Amino acid sequence: MPHALQIVVCAGIVPDPLQTLEPATTPAGPGIKNEMVLPAVLDPWAASALYEAAELVKKNPGSKLWLVSLGPKAKLQQVMMTVAQKVAFELVPVDGPIGGFTDAHATAAVLAEAIAAIPALDKTRLLIFGGWESATRGAGVTLQLIGERLGITEQFQGVDQIDLREDGSFEVLERVEGGKHQVSVCTAAPAVLGWATGNLAEPRNNPQIGMANMRTVMPALMRAKQVKLDANTLSYVSVSLPKQQRETRVEKEMTPEAIAAEIVEWIGKDN
Amino acid sequence: MEKILVLAHADDSGASLTRHSLETVTAGQQLAAKLGAELAIGIVGGEAATLAKTLPSTGAKLLAISGEAFKQARYATDAAACEALSRAAAATIVLAPHSARFARVMAGVAHRLGGLIDTHIGTIGGDAAPQASRWFYRQRIEAILARSARPWFLLVDAGSYAAFAGEAGGAAVEAITVETPAVRTTVSGFRAPKQDEQTIRPDAKLLFVAGAGWTKKQPDGQTHVEEAGKLILGFLHGSGASLGSSKSLVDQGSEGNSVLPFLTHLNQVGQTGATPRHPKGLATCCHGEEPHVVGWRFIGQRRAISLDPNCGWTRGKADVVYIADAFQVVAKLNELLAAKK
Ligand SMILES: Cc1cc2nc3c(=O)[nH]c(=O)nc-3n(C[C@H](O)[C@H](O)[C@H](O)COP(=O)(O)OP(=O)(O)OC[C@H]3O[C@@H](n4cnc5c(N)ncnc54)[C@H](O)[C@@H]3O)c2cc1C
Repeated sequence: MPHALQIVVCAGIVPDPLQTLEPATTPAGPGIKNEMVLPAVLDPWAASALYEAAELVKKNPGSKLWLVSLGPKAKLQQVMMTVAQKVAFELVPVDGPIGGFTDAHATAAVLAEAIAAIPALDKTRLLIFGGWESATRGAGVTLQLIGERLGITEQFQGVDQIDLREDGSFEVLERVEGGKHQVSVCTAAPAVLGWATGNLAEPRNNPQIGMANMRTVMPALMRAKQVKLDANTLSYVSVSLPKQQRETRVEKEMTPEAIAAEIVEWIGKDN
Repeated sequence: MEKILVLAHADDSGASLTRHSLETVTAGQQLAAKLGAELAIGIVGGEAATLAKTLPSTGAKLLAISGEAFKQARYATDAAACEALSRAAAATIVLAPHSARFARVMAGVAHRLGGLIDTHIGTIGGDAAPQASRWFYRQRIEAILARSARPWFLLVDAGSYAAFAGEAGGAAVEAITVETPAVRTTVSGFRAPKQDEQTIRPDAKLLFVAGAGWTKKQPDGQTHVEEAGKLILGFLHGSGASLGSSKSLVDQGSEGNSVLPFLTHLNQVGQTGATPRHPKGLATCCHGEEPHVVGWRFIGQRRAISLDPNCGWTRGKADVVYIADAFQVVAKLNELLAAKK
């Protein structure tokens, strides 16, 4: 029997991972040089969460998907142009700062408030999804804090798979040390799931989905509430690029035999 | 004055603390010594007296939560246990290993105590006020941060401190009681990904990174995926290395192309993968920032084998780059390693 789920995906926007980043000092504290003009993408692990959520919604008729995203309005709009082509969702945008140097507790407070304000949200059917770590701060704490604020204490991190069962329970695979997954079964929603890579490829662009999404995305962006993030006493002593540059020996003429012999000797050494 | 609590948990056997927990004990000792602070150690996940057996020589106050429900790594129970230990110790600074188990719950615990958390901490320095170092933007920018609010929770990354090693002795452990919270989650065990064998070995001295070049057309105009698989597995067997992969190589699996059957996303290194810690790393058939810069961030000595003499990413990042055909070199390597055995 299918289960009508309500899935809220929390996903931030981050500089495209292929960009070169340089720290900069801004009036609000440390930031990234030219942050506002760097091409941005939906945070990769949170994007996995979005695709997995869309798949669950597809398989369970009556389900609904919201995408909650905090970022500067203009940037959100830009990223949503692409994301909206992929899967159907209702956008819940919050207009505020992005970047890795903001405090996760403040971000979580804002996101929890945005989720709690979604009309007609039914907690007994609620799954909160997101990436287990962002590509900016990479702290892995935002979803947990949202869960605590909303009183949800069934939480999973580093999730690669969810299997919904007939009775509404679900099995979750979470990444643990040593290249293994921990297997758990949760009896029912609500739950928080921080996703790792999952099992789905990025969906192809679908202009029909895009058109349908954009009808609600644009008005939602217009209405987006503006927020400031509290630093919660977080301060930075230094922010810098790693300096170590190695002297690289480039060997162009060695035979495979000679290279192999050198590598065997190298890996055999204690240090 | 600061009061420091180190939270530690049992390994899968339930009989000892994880190495990562013992590393965090060292971090706690060093910080307590520097700040002249009291140190307590709180234990979760098994038989307290057994788990604490090497800890008396730390001189720390030992606290533990025991009971069947707290043996499993699960949010509701672990959060309740860590919350109770933090309250019992009245800690102003709580250090815990950034393990899968504690990373799952510690932000929630900090929130319950009205505290704040920072994670993936490398080292803790500073003088009168502690300062913690960590990476941002997936290991591309490093920062040192501080907080004046307390309690301050810090999750310390594996490999950042030496593991505490103490003489075994009778430990006086104070049992902290906590009501078992309502749980809706049952942990049934562990599952290794569907693959022929375990290729991720966190304790290996060497990380072998395989790139997409292994499945690309070679100078003879053909691909040699099967041979690539045999060579890589042969090398892992011969050397005991752990296997990392570039995203391009693991992603091929989900796009229906022939791909190395023993690779999964768990092997991926880089921004959207892992940044494992090993003393040495050997990258093969890779190009680009991800495997070399980010994937290698916590690798000590680094070498690469690539056909591309102009790969800018290895320059300045690797100690040695061999411009050569990895098929030929790894075949020879495997012969030499087999002969050595
Ligand atoms: C959002 C996002 C996130 C990403 N995250 C990651 C990540 O986490 N990790 C990651 O790795 N990538 C990531 N990438 C992809 C990354 O940008 C690169 O595309 C990828 O790392 C390249 O993989 P590669 O080096 O294996 O393959 P290629 O770039 O295809 O390089 C193959 C190399 O193999 C060499 N070669 C071929 N045959 C041989 C031979 N016989 N002997 C020796 N050398 C040979 C070639 O000369 C070439 O240099 C991400 C990209 C995006 C957009």
